[in-house]
Amino acid sequence: MTNLVDTVLILIILTNLMLLGSSRLRTCIFVVAMQGILLGALALLTENSGLTIHLILLPTVIICLKGIIFPFLLFRTLRDLNVQHEVEPFVGYGTSLVLSPLVLVVCIWLGSQLSLPVEAISSLVVPAAFFSIACGLFLIISRKKALTQVLGYLVLENGIYVFGVSIATKQPVLVELGILLDVFVAIFVMGIAIYHINREFDHTDVDRLNKLKG
Amino acid sequence: MSLFLLGLSIIFIGGLASLISGRRALASFFGVTGVVAGCVIAVVPAFRVLFNGVAESFRFDWTMPFGSFFLQIDSLSAIFLIAILGLSAIAAIYGMGYLGAYREKKNLGVVWFFYNLLLLGMSLVVVAQNGILFLLAWEIMSLAPFFLIIFDDEKEKARNASWTYLVATHIGMVFLLLFFIILAGKTGSMDFDKIVVMDSVKAGFLFILAVIGFGTKAGFITLHVWLPEAHPAAPSHASAVMSGVMIKTGIYGLVRAITLLGHPPVWWAWVLIGISAGSGVIGVLFALAQHDLKRLLAYHSVENIGIITLGLGIGVLGMSIGSPILAVFGFAGGFFHVINHAIFKGLLFLGAGSVLHGSGTLEIDHLGGLIKRMPWTAVTFLVGAVAISGLPPLNGFASEFLIYLGVFKDGMSHGLANIIPALGVIGGLALIGGLAAACFTKAFGIVFLGEPRSKHAHQAHEVHIAMVLPMVILAILCVLMGVFSPLIIGFFGGAISTITSLPQEVVQGQLNTGSGILSNVVIVSVLLVVLIFGFALLRKWLLSGRSVSEMETWGCGYARPTARMQYTASSFAQPLVFLFRLFLRTARKDSPREGLFPDRAFLQTDTADTSSKYLFQPLFKGISFLFSQLRWIQHGWLQLYVLYIAITLLILLIWKAF
Repeated sequence: MTNLVDTVLILIILTNLMLLGSSRLRTCIFVVAMQGILLGALALLTENSGLTIHLILLPTVIICLKGIIFPFLLFRTLRDLNVQHEVEPFVGYGTSLVLSPLVLVVCIWLGSQLSLPVEAISSLVVPAAFFSIACGLFLIISRKKALTQVLGYLVLENGIYVFGVSIATKQPVLVELGILLDVFVAIFVMGIAIYHINREFDHTDVDRLNKLKG
Repeated sequence: MSLFLLGLSIIFIGGLASLISGRRALASFFGVTGVVAGCVIAVVPAFRVLFNGVAESFRFDWTMPFGSFFLQIDSLSAIFLIAILGLSAIAAIYGMGYLGAYREKKNLGVVWFFYNLLLLGMSLVVVAQNGILFLLAWEIMSLAPFFLIIFDDEKEKARNASWTYLVATHIGMVFLLLFFIILAGKTGSMDFDKIVVMDSVKAGFLFILAVIGFGTKAGFITLHVWLPEAHPAAPSHASAVMSGVMIKTGIYGLVRAITLLGHPPVWWAWVLIGISAGSGVIGVLFALAQHDLKRLLAYHSVENIGIITLGLGIGVLGMSIGSPILAVFGFAGGFFHVINHAIFKGLLFLGAGSVLHGSGTLEIDHLGGLIKRMPWTAVTFLVGAVAISGLPPLNGFASEFLIYLGVFKDGMSHGLANIIPALGVIGGLALIGGLAAACFTKAFGIVFLGEPRSKHAHQAHEVHIAMVLPMVILAILCVLMGVFSPLIIGFFGGAISTITSLPQEVVQGQLNTGSGILSNVVIVSVLLVVLIFGFALLRKWLLSGRSVSEMETWGCGYARPTARMQYTASSFAQPLVFLFRLFLRTARKDSPREGLFPDRAFLQTDTADTSSKYLFQPLFKGISFLFSQLRWIQHGWLQLYVLYIAITLLILLIWKAF
């Protein structure tokens, strides 16, 4: 059981690295979808109270939303946008990949330092969660296309979710579903917003949006 | 208690249904039905508590940290609850008629939703027995009026007023948050019945926080700046509720805070009396100088809050120096005035709304002669004006009389340090009463008597029956509450004995002597009123056989008088405004009049709010200058903003890890 959990966590870390290294937006969306499915698997594996509605419902909803619906919405936005590549990010792909192991080391160190209220299911949980959060933030900070920002937000949220699923196993299903709904609405709104920004300004480069400042 | 919760649910559901109906005609129906039905049901437990003297409570587990869903109607809550539910129901009926004119232009569903939400918030505030629940209810109650004030959102004045209100209410909220956090202190429980008495320094600090926090809502002087902006902007039935009962929740909070903080030291009473005398006198002076009818009424709210707090101040003085007479009559007068002010100020705001509805303007100097065109509005407004001026036998007199009575009976026998505040109360109340009478002579005389001063007043017409009826009900209540005041004050015994922890018998004994004296005064004044009516009938009878010719009002023997020869509001108030120019600082512009036959001349006076002009505007300007120095951080680069967050997060995490 622990081996399986560890495998999933390592896969999540690897998806993060892949995101940092790829410039094709299609690939990025695909990777985020993979990460969503992995999260669903994680939720399935960490549940140890036997077969309950909780056990069935939550992973199903996670996989449906993060693995199918979000990617679908994002692919559709991508098609409307006519953008295929992230161009000239603030921090290059090579540099990102070189920096990321350093960040991972910091995350592992943080994981060993933080004392948690409950015993985590695996020693990799906290590093994987932190690393996802850091990667999400890094994507938002260093990339220019609005769609990548949405992906960064999703990855950041996934990181928080890794925490939630593996540590706070006792939280009620309603709360988890509520969080999922929040993210769903956010992605929905962002997709629409990006579409309209593109129509209005003919580009979705976030660094040029400071013209909007009042 | 279940009836109370049922009533609140009906009010809320009515509001929701109205919101969903939106622009359809059903919206008003749902809103009003919800309010009236809900109020009628919810007020039953309040009356039950007041009659039986047994508190009713409701407790419900809640996962909110420090919070618990703990409601209780005790006799103190019941007094405020009756005022809130009663006035809101009557004002809602009026609102149905008043808003009818706006049906084409505005989404009335939204207005009703926030009106019902305001009512819900106010009712919860006075029954909440837990700090967190109280703050939540307080926030609902504070946010809902924002959407009512901004009703005329196409007018810049209304938008500014609603922002002023929002800023003011949140400044108050900051102090209340601090108050409750410190109050919960080490016990960690915010249930009002579990709060322990603390040392005097801390209690004093908390008292100051409560005075500022609750005083902002109540409208103590210098903290009142939002009232004269917000009340004129809101639709009139909402102004009636805001001025009549919403600001009273500030008074309720203050009283509740005093009961939570333990035995009050005497300086609390001095602070309360000082603030309230200032509020009363300065409030009525500013009212005198106003040109807008609703703005004038808003300043009178400041004045009446002053009178109520004078009563509380005397009550607290009685508590701290151990004088049951002062304590009982002070609180009784204060509470009675809470209800009375809700009635007559509600009535006056509804009257002002009718004037606006009937004539299209609230500018006092543009009106005149409305008594012939709007007789119902005029008569009911007159009743309200007499009541607010504190003239017997109406209700405003009864409550002020109780405060006088307490001070005269026992205010002079507790050493010099306490005689001065007692004398201050008597002098302050007398001055306030006189100035209020002058102010309403001006308001009623200029608006309703004389000849129309503009085409607005010429075209004025009486309002719809749905608007007349609530005013008539309130006017009748003004009379009844005055005439039957000796019977009514007995019901305040429960609340007074909970606050002062005096035994029930002592309180009732004092109230009985008070009602004895009060009934003599009321009988005499009723006889006087009857006598006056008798003389009027006699005059009519004597004149019946003779020819009586009617001339133009203020004709004064002129062959061709014009409306412009009448007294104006400004000229009527001028001597008093001049006398108190030190406080008012009225800006005056006029043209020099030269020669024997000066042709055109003009005079313009403008009385800006001194505390807004000399205190808050410079203060906010300074703050905005300080913050403008930080503008360079706001550059519009989203990525850098997120970078700030990421760096902060990282620093916090690493700091925690070490």
